[in-house]
Amino acid sequence: MAKFSAKPKDLAKIRYTPPKTEWTETPVEFREHMFCHSAKPKDLETVGFPYGRAWSAKDDDWKLPDNWEQIILQGMKDLLGKYRSFQLFMDICVRCGACADKCHFFIGSGDPKNMPVLRAELLRSVYRGNFTLAGKILRKLAGARDLTVGVLKEWWYYFYQCTECRRCSVFCPYGIDTAEITMMGRELMNMIGLQLGWIGGPVAACYMKGNHLGLEPHTIKSSIEFFLDDIETLTGIKIEPSFNRKGAEILFVTPSGDLFANPGTYTAMGYLMLFHELGLDYTWSTYASEGGNFGFFTSNEMAKRLNSKIYAEAKRLGVKWILGGECGHMWRVLSQYMDTWNGPADFMEVPKSPITGTVFDNAKSMKMVHIAEFTADLIKHNKLKLDKSRNDHLNVTFHDSCNTSRGMGLLEEPRYIINNVCNHFHEMPENTIREKTFCCGSGTGLNASENMELRMRGGFPRANAVKYVHERYGVNLLANVCAIDRATLSASMDYWVPGVGVAGVHELVGNALIMKGEKERTQDMRLEPLPEKEGSENV
Amino acid sequence: MPSMEIAGKQVEVDEDGYMINLDEWNKDIALAMAKGDGIDLSDSHWEIINFLRDYYQKYQIAPMIKILVKEVGKVMGPDKGNTKYLYELFPDGPAKQACRYAGLPKPTGCV
Repeated sequence: MAKFSAKPKDLAKIRYTPPKTEWTETPVEFREHMFCHSAKPKDLETVGFPYGRAWSAKDDDWKLPDNWEQIILQGMKDLLGKYRSFQLFMDICVRCGACADKCHFFIGSGDPKNMPVLRAELLRSVYRGNFTLAGKILRKLAGARDLTVGVLKEWWYYFYQCTECRRCSVFCPYGIDTAEITMMGRELMNMIGLQLGWIGGPVAACYMKGNHLGLEPHTIKSSIEFFLDDIETLTGIKIEPSFNRKGAEILFVTPSGDLFANPGTYTAMGYLMLFHELGLDYTWSTYASEGGNFGFFTSNEMAKRLNSKIYAEAKRLGVKWILGGECGHMWRVLSQYMDTWNGPADFMEVPKSPITGTVFDNAKSMKMVHIAEFTADLIKHNKLKLDKSRNDHLNVTFHDSCNTSRGMGLLEEPRYIINNVCNHFHEMPENTIREKTFCCGSGTGLNASENMELRMRGGFPRANAVKYVHERYGVNLLANVCAIDRATLSASMDYWVPGVGVAGVHELVGNALIMKGEKERTQDMRLEPLPEKEGSENV
Repeated sequence: MPSMEIAGKQVEVDEDGYMINLDEWNKDIALAMAKGDGIDLSDSHWEIINFLRDYYQKYQIAPMIKILVKEVGKVMGPDKGNTKYLYELFPDGPAKQACRYAGLPKPTGCV
């Protein structure tokens, strides 16, 4: 496969003129760099997913099981029976079009099938044809379609061009959650083995080893020890965290990307420094070693299986509550599903900060607190000594992750932290942040390398907003609270807005945090020399 | 799975050319893969490839680039423990290119 080499200025020329043919008469065209490799059979077998086989989307023959239509239609019937939301969303859309231009993939590609309404219609047309009386009798007149191989290929192409970010849902007058439609579409395709390699691999690794990257316990430990070395170089302080420790007050769970991928590793250093400074009674786990959940991009049942280890480990270790790291989809799963899937977690207590005494009533049921809430509370109670000037070389803007903003309403806390650890902060335009935030463009398992054109197109609206504050205010750092963001926005900034770096919020906290007994800092968290301080600006 | 004929032998590889069965690896395969990219493997290349294989043996994953840089620096001296040196040896990136020659799976980065 040729390397993705399209220039940004060419990719930015987007045609919004729809094809002349009717959408039902426009077959999907599989273009290189726009879709992902298929899942490896052994990864599907590992978790008991059916029909693992070697196939590629660009082949004519997808080697589908003989009764694939029957499997899909029966599956659809089961899902309609199980999820009232799915039934509702299939029935109630009036095609007003409010969602049409809200999708980052539509904005970045101009492909009408990336309008959320039309993407959903790919599934609705089959629903009507098979599950509604009007559709069965009136067929095309009632917007019904037969389920054919062509339709299936269209599903696959476009349901893997949706990152379940739910921006469109914010604008839908009916509140239709298009993410749930995509989830159902992916779950159906999963029934006949049409899974992505980039999702299937991490799911199997997480199932077997506890985390997406497949890190063994001693690998996790060695990685953290590596960070501790760097922290010692930076601060002169030796930190000794504990692993799998029974009786700790708090279990800390974060995405494995923080342990093994830049720039997430600097965020992990920030966690370690903060917890040490607080003297927090906490433990890492090499079993519940993944906060993220790629199972969520295959089926709800798989997400539930992978999620179960978090409560199981909390119970085994006897902790009082769980603190969670910076991640996006991890928090959608935790705050909206974990409690009912694998709870009740009544063996724990309502989370209470041992430092400030704040009781996190919002986490009364799930017993898990987002680190941004935890740290913002510390700052609010003056529990941290901070030197903002150590971040003076950074001019920061904040990218709301789809899942923390729209999925759990975490809007103020990260901003409050950033404003207390940095002197220079500028918001991107109002319609691109908070609940209206644009996706990084590569969530829900689309952060592979073979689909780079798709990723850059999907990342275009976010990058465009960054470019605006970069040019207007000189912003040079895009902060966020998500491991996938840290990896994917790095690529998208390099492509669209060179000169803008990417960092987790707790990397900035680590820079600013004045630790007891530390030596004078001459480097930042990346062990780059700290530029001459600007002195008087220190507040 | 696709396969490549390397050094007179069929070797199973993934879509990006990384070997599927790590046990099948031998030096000829590394030489042939490098030759395909127009690189003659020198002792300096082999130092890195061998380091990667040892690391993988121990940790079951390819090292992060910053670990690679630091460890190489420790073992082989500071003049080799930097990204510039590693990129000179492996222009497509030490993580990706060197791992492929070493028979390791494709590095995953953040998932």
